[in-house]
Amino acid sequence: MRGARKILGYQLRDIARNRWVIGYAAILLLLTEALFQLGGDGGRVVLSLLNLVLIFVPLVALSFGTLYLYNAREFIELLLAQPVGRGAMFAGLWGGLALPLSTALLAGVGLPFLFRAGSTTIPARSLLVLLGTGVMLTLTFTAIAFLISLRFEDRARGFGLALLVWLGCAVVYDGLVLLVVTIFSRWPLETPLLVLTLLNPLDLGRVVLLLDFDVAALMGYTGAVFQRFLGTALGLGIAGLALVLWTALPLLLGARRFRRRDF
Amino acid sequence: MILPLLAGALLLGAPRTIRVAPGTALPTISTALGVAADGDTIRVGPGEYREPELVIARRLTLLGEGWPVLVGGDHQILTVTADDVTIAGFVLREVSPSATDDRAAIKVRDAGRCRIENNTLIDTFFGIYLSRAAGCVVRGNRIRGSGTTEALSGNAIHSWSSNDLRIEGNLVRGHRDGIYLEFTTGAVVRDNTSSGNLRYGLHFMFSNQCEYTDNHFLANGAGVAVMYSHHVLMERNTFAESWGSGAYGVLLKDISDSRLTGNRFDRNSTGLFGEGTNRVEVTGNEFTRNGWGVRIMADAHETAFTGNRFSGNSFDVSSNSANAASRFRGNYWDRYAGYDLDRDGYGDVPFAPVRLFALVVQQNEPALILLRSFFVSLLDLAERVAPVLTPRMMEDPRPLMQWPAVAP
Repeated sequence: MRGARKILGYQLRDIARNRWVIGYAAILLLLTEALFQLGGDGGRVVLSLLNLVLIFVPLVALSFGTLYLYNAREFIELLLAQPVGRGAMFAGLWGGLALPLSTALLAGVGLPFLFRAGSTTIPARSLLVLLGTGVMLTLTFTAIAFLISLRFEDRARGFGLALLVWLGCAVVYDGLVLLVVTIFSRWPLETPLLVLTLLNPLDLGRVVLLLDFDVAALMGYTGAVFQRFLGTALGLGIAGLALVLWTALPLLLGARRFRRRDF
Repeated sequence: MILPLLAGALLLGAPRTIRVAPGTALPTISTALGVAADGDTIRVGPGEYREPELVIARRLTLLGEGWPVLVGGDHQILTVTADDVTIAGFVLREVSPSATDDRAAIKVRDAGRCRIENNTLIDTFFGIYLSRAAGCVVRGNRIRGSGTTEALSGNAIHSWSSNDLRIEGNLVRGHRDGIYLEFTTGAVVRDNTSSGNLRYGLHFMFSNQCEYTDNHFLANGAGVAVMYSHHVLMERNTFAESWGSGAYGVLLKDISDSRLTGNRFDRNSTGLFGEGTNRVEVTGNEFTRNGWGVRIMADAHETAFTGNRFSGNSFDVSSNSANAASRFRGNYWDRYAGYDLDRDGYGDVPFAPVRLFALVVQQNEPALILLRSFFVSLLDLAERVAPVLTPRMMEDPRPLMQWPAVAP
């Protein structure tokens, strides 16, 4: 454990000086601030940030995560010569990336809201849901990124696969959902849709966020079914569990691969 | 002491003023009604009056002075059965709900030319109930209910089988329906504010030749519903904040030969829903920030939308069929991305207001779960790049370039 903390500490210092992470935070800060400047009240800014967080955050986590691990190759080889357990090392590497990225997200999106605390109507609950979803997505997609870059030696293939995963989650999956809805339009689809939504962290995040807004009223019966499910402790628990699984599963697979890998 | 006086008045036949106040010779309104004759005025002083149902069967004027409070209970407070009755300046409180009996604070039955003005009604089952009334004026009343279920709550202003009414400047809230008209012809409903009612802010059926102008309908459970009527005029009203899966700014069902002009539809799940409408003109209205701006079904014939503004709606227009027979012309669409080379103020390429996703959703409601997803944004983008994807079911051949319209 001490080893993991040591690596984590080193990583954090290293990443904090990394221009990319700082740039990421700055871009988020600028965008959020711009949305406020363009005359949005708190609620509308959160709603506009919704797609930004759902699209941008996984993309950054995936691409930055894969590249990061490829670039850390020599550092890893150096560390492996030291008396440090591989599990601890993996945890340190992942935490050292996921934590700064999450912090950048919280700072970039949260600060403009913090500046305006009290002055405008900020839907605190929705903001918390947004930030929570963003952090969960960061954890999930960095874990997936690590798994990918450990699986493929070749950078180009790994990076390409990372982009494909992003494309699949953000675009293709929803297209397939629409296809399913169209093909099975004569069937009661609420429960299958609920399951399909739980299976994609991006969709799950979006639906949880949407239901928190009054947009839910538009969604008619389907919205009501989702709201009833996610409104209960059990439903919220299952949704939370799905997101945790989405992080834990690639992380465990990645750790296993990391332990057995011959560097 | 008073009786000889009244007898004298009766003999003379001149209208008299009768004063009612607690602690005087005439402490109750019922006794005053017993002695009053046609044309008299009853002035009621401040205080609380708990009396049995008061039936006004003569041409009388009842004036409250210093807001006397009439408390109901298990019965109606005032029932008017004579013509030319005026009731003004009272506070009417507490008429308990009933399952068998439409109790109201003020009920007018088979009477003409009544005036009900500047009263405050609090927690009454029905507020003002006009049944077979003609030429009545209901003006400047404040009616507040605290109904929680539709069954235990009546309508604030209710009219049945009446004609030539003026309902003006009333403030109604917290009832089942704010203003309800059935089999009523020739009513003018103006400057009222109806908000926070359980069901509809305004609800009318079989009520022809009626006019609704400058009213505000806000945050009512299901918005406004108007059905089975013709020759209806709705002008400069505001229909706002009807959010909920079954809520409409305005629901038009089987309405014909009618006009909606200069109204504002703001932040409703559906701004305007039209079903079975015939020859309805929708002109110069603003549809802003609604879920659906307009949903118009295919059985709507010759419904024409001209010079309206659509902005910030999740879906501008939606319909259930490609054969929808509604016409759009010269409207402003915030989504319009065309150009105006000849500078006549109208875009040169037609605008198709029904998005592909809107059509999918109309046919397949569960698809709404993809609302605001990146995929749907891409779908919109694809429509812009390849307009062939956009359903050509309805088109605005001359979309306005700017709002308000700018003359070239």
